[in-house]
Amino acid sequence: MSTIDVTIREILDAHARLPESVSNLGDDDDLYDAGLSSHASVNVMLALEDAFDIEFPDSYLRKGTFESVTAIRQSLESLGVTAAPG
Amino acid sequence: MKSTEDFRRELLEAGLLEDGGVTGLYHRSFHFEAIARGVEAYVSAAGHNEKNRQFFFNQVIARSTLEGSGYLTSFPDLIGVVSSFAGSGSDLPQLIERVNNGGDWNEMMSPTEVALCSAACHPVYPLIAGTTIPIDGLHFEVQAFCFRHEPSDNPARMQSFRQHEFVYVGTPDGALAHRNMWRERGRQLLSELGLSVDVIVANDPFFGRAGKLLEANQRDKELKYELVAPITSEAPGAISSANYHEDHFGETFDLRLPDGSRAHTACIGFGLERIALALLFKHGLTFRDWPANVKAHLSSTHDARLPEST
Repeated sequence: MSTIDVTIREILDAHARLPESVSNLGDDDDLYDAGLSSHASVNVMLALEDAFDIEFPDSYLRKGTFESVTAIRQSLESLGVTAAPG
Repeated sequence: MKSTEDFRRELLEAGLLEDGGVTGLYHRSFHFEAIARGVEAYVSAAGHNEKNRQFFFNQVIARSTLEGSGYLTSFPDLIGVVSSFAGSGSDLPQLIERVNNGGDWNEMMSPTEVALCSAACHPVYPLIAGTTIPIDGLHFEVQAFCFRHEPSDNPARMQSFRQHEFVYVGTPDGALAHRNMWRERGRQLLSELGLSVDVIVANDPFFGRAGKLLEANQRDKELKYELVAPITSEAPGAISSANYHEDHFGETFDLRLPDGSRAHTACIGFGLERIALALLFKHGLTFRDWPANVKAHLSSTHDARLPEST
């Protein structure tokens, strides 16, 4: 697992308020189907911005950006993130 | 085609509404009020349910309710907090001087512990905070005067208006079923009053960057539906909204189901003033000339709020 994925999963565990542990979910599993609420996704977004020191552009502020671990990683990579913060 | 401005002028000339002194604030005539209360009795009777806990809430709520509801941070531009003078007697001359000379007396005010009610369902959740919600859910019928600071010349957008709501607290499936059942029942009820009702997916005007994601999610997840109809012009506006809040209030007010998971909530809100305006726009300003079946619906003497024994 990449360091980015580790950080993403830590943030999901802390902020996504899912009924089950994120460790039970695959990288491509739909987080909304797993119980990610609209308000919780905002907390995930803010925690990602804080951890990776980025700001999601307005065009990223939509459901698809946060729908899976893979989707989040791809969004971060497209914003120039190459590794988890040191 | 009649414009909003034309219709507003007609309402004022007919004395149905009076200008309240600032944009978006109106006094209602008894005639207007009778229509709004007819709508209230009509939807209340339709939602009669032995299980409903029923409340008329105040126009002010505890400030902690505004904070807990999330409304304060999601819509900071729409809220109102009541402030009052907290100075001493020796500060009074300064206050008088500012008032008399058009100075900034508001600077001498401090927020009180109360805020203007943000939505009729918000005072429900503190009532049951920290309790275990039965598996078959809790039902509420509530009403409150609500405040939104969005001054507009369109009478459909009053700063102070009533929401009459039916609220459910329980399982995710139960909340969705409540929302969907009321979405359809609401459409039928309002259509029976002769209104041309459409049901659309909608979003609230959340504030800021976080708000952009909340708006997009609300639409993508179809959390909010509005029942729209012409209100003060042919352009449709919301006269009712059916909302699924997911576990938002369950989280902030610690509402738990017997298995320990967070309760989900849903509500439908009927905007009494907007429905009254839509009826006046549709059927004309004179109630006695309205279609007989519409008048009959609004003149029902049945009042589900009265216990059978009295």
